[in-house]
Formats: sequence, C-alpha cells, structure tokens
Amino acid sequence: MSRAALLVLADGRFPAGGHAHSGGAEAAVRAGRITGGASLEEFCRGRLHTAGLVAASLAAAAVLGVRVGELDAAADARTPSPALRAVARKLGRQLMRAARATWPSDELDAVAREFPKGAHQPLVLGLAARAAGLGALDAAHCAAYESVSGPASAVVRLLSLDPFEATGVLARLAPEVDRVADRAVEAARGVVAEGVGVLPAASAPLLEIGAEGHAGWGVRLFAS
Amino acid sequence: MHLDHSHDTPSALGADARRPDGSRRALRIGLGGPVGSGKTATVAALCRALRQELSLAVVTNDIYTREDAEFLLREAVLPPERITAVETGACPHTAIRDDISANLEAVEDLEDEVGPLDLILVESGGDNLTATFSKGLVDAQIFVIDVAGGDDIPRKGGPGVTTADLLVVNKTDLAPYVGSDLGRMAADAKAQRAELPVVFQSLRTGDGVKDVAAWVRAQLAVWTA
Repeated sequence: MSRAALLVLADGRFPAGGHAHSGGAEAAVRAGRITGGASLEEFCRGRLHTAGLVAASLAAAAVLGVRVGELDAAADARTPSPALRAVARKLGRQLMRAARATWPSDELDAVAREFPKGAHQPLVLGLAARAAGLGALDAAHCAAYESVSGPASAVVRLLSLDPFEATGVLARLAPEVDRVADRAVEAARGVVAEGVGVLPAASAPLLEIGAEGHAGWGVRLFAS
Repeated sequence: MHLDHSHDTPSALGADARRPDGSRRALRIGLGGPVGSGKTATVAALCRALRQELSLAVVTNDIYTREDAEFLLREAVLPPERITAVETGACPHTAIRDDISANLEAVEDLEDEVGPLDLILVESGGDNLTATFSKGLVDAQIFVIDVAGGDDIPRKGGPGVTTADLLVVNKTDLAPYVGSDLGRMAADAKAQRAELPVVFQSLRTGDGVKDVAAWVRAQLAVWTA
C-alpha cells in the first residue's frame, strides 16, 4: 500500500467532476444560512456528521467488499431528494472514469459495466481506494473530508470568502473528520457482519430540501 | 493493480479513437475564446453549414446560465436532443482542461443517444486568453476572438491565440466602427501563429463562414481517413 496514493485520491484536483458542485453550499448561501467563515464552519460540521458520515460508511463498506448493488440500494434509501440521488450517480460515473484511468482494475471495469449511468459516488470512491491499494479507513477519511472540502472551496467563489479563512475552517474540523472516519469504519465492519441495514442513516433535511430547490434555479454557479 | 494490461472496457475513458463496440467515435472540435466574441453564433453558423451533410451534435459549457444552449435551441440549428449543456461550477476552463469528466460524459451520452455522429462541437464558456481544451476532450480547437475586443489581442498572444488549430477573428464588419486595423491583426496573428490558419469572419455579411466550415470538413477528412 502506498500512503501517497491516498493523497492522489483525496487531492481536490483529482479530475472527477467535483469542481462543478458546491455540496449544498450555493443553496445555503442564497438562503442566508452561510454568510461567512463561522456559518460555513457550522454548515460543514452539520454536513460532516450527516451526509459525510453516511458517505464515509458507504466508502468503507465498499473497500471491505460489501456487494456494490446492495450498497447502491442502501445509498438510494438514505438520499430522499431525487436531485441529490441524480447528482450522486453523476459524480459516481465521473469518478469511475477517473479511477479506471488512474488505477485500472477488473473490479472497476465490472462495476462500470453494471452501472453504466453511475453508482453512488461514495461507494465508487471506496472501490477506487481499493483499486489504489488503500484501506477502509483511508476511503472513509477521503469521503468524510470531501463532504466538507467541497462546500468550503465553493464558498470561496460564492461569497469571495478569504481562502485562508475557508482553509482554517477545514483545519479546525480535521479532528472531527478523523472521528467520523473511525465511526464509519466501525459501521462498515458492522455491515459485513449484519448487512446494509446497520449503515448509518443520518440525514440533513435542509440539504435535501435545498438541493430540490437549487435543481430548479435558472441561474446558478454550481450544478448542485 | 494491473497497471499494464489492456482491458475489455465497458466504455471509453477519454480520447480513445474507438468506441467500445469498435466503431470510430465522432470527431470532437472545441470552440473557446473570450466572453462575447461570438462562439455560440459561430457554432450556430457551423451547424447550418454542415447539418445537411454530417450527423452533428453540440455540447455547451455555460458559466452560470443555460443561455448558450437555449440560444441554439431557439435558433433551431439542431434538434434539441442533439444539444447538451454542461454546468461548470464557475470555472469554464477547468471543465474543458483540468477536469474534463462532465464534458466527456456529455459527448459519450450524445453518441449513445443520438449517434452515430460524425462531429461534436464542444463550446467553452466565455473565458480569458489562456483557456485551451484538453487533448483528452477534443481533437482540434478553434479560438474565437473579435475585432471589438481590441485589435491588439493577436499581438498579445497567449495559449488560445498562439496554439489553437484555427483562429477566427470575428465581427469584421464592426472594424470601421471600433477603429480596429484588420491588416495589423492579420500581421500580428501571422507572427504569433506562423503556419497555423486564421479566418476573418463576419456572421452579418457571411464573410469567412464558408472558410470555417471548410476547415472543419478538412479536419473530418483527416479523422476518417
């Protein structure tokens, strides 16, 4: 296993389509829920412990070899908003392309064939981590970190927030990202023993509602 | 990991010339350039010139609206199922160069859904003089500038002006009104680009439109040879 492979996968410049998405931050900015560094931090904290935890658990479970079809159905069940389900599959498809080009593997090819229009992004992230020789905790860290890094960089563009302030938010959240990743791996081990029913189902209703509204906007900077 | 073996892949990854079924994919031509230089209008003119003889589709990269796609739909240059809009997250050059995933997905879907296609035009959102397309996304690129943006743009150069496979200097009909010297623009472009072609175009008078279409036909002839 190469430690640096985790840096490649977690790099915000990894070309998997994430740059066009704000993780719900654009809707939250419009609604006045994110107005600066402090409210960005609260937004990210909320997203980390809900959508981030679910994503990290899915990613870790995929690394541990849980059947992809079951994980994908479990992800659907944990994503009430149709707009967010569509985004998760779109990003899953884009990540699949990047992962197959970066770490060619028969397993990735097989899943790409099974889900031509994309599986949920977090479980593709888990499979990509596996193809890169990484472990469940690595994948969980990556998913948990992505759940906050996406909104933080989007808010730099949306509010012209000082980029140092946004990066400070991520640094302050780092210990919580670690704890969420640990919890996710524990949950994923539970899935191996007891099935996908024990995957966390923490939900963030405002993210779901905001995403539905955002999908109907005529003018927006981000795809979601 | 199997970094060195070839795969019976379920879909192409990027610039592969063949589709998964072994057929040749469509030629992809990118159109980039500054905001308002006439990229969308050039795409529309190309569609009108070529749609009788070629199976065509267009991908637009709007920055924060769907106006470019809607303009093409309104002008009815192609049936709606042949026009796809990609959203670029406030960063048009990222979507055509640094992270081309959404655009690759759009061209693949067009080939799957309305193919077989001969040609896909990928129009960038309006950007600056450094915006260029990744070779993983397009086979050739056209950079569109206009005379009203300043006749010193060819002299200033930059990756778009210097390296694009075709430079289009648009809105030549406006030159007398904005004080742009077309001769100077031509000489500067020649100095920056050596043998690479330049077309001076006016969509109002129709000047140059045929030359741009002829250049695209020549690219296609090489692609299918």
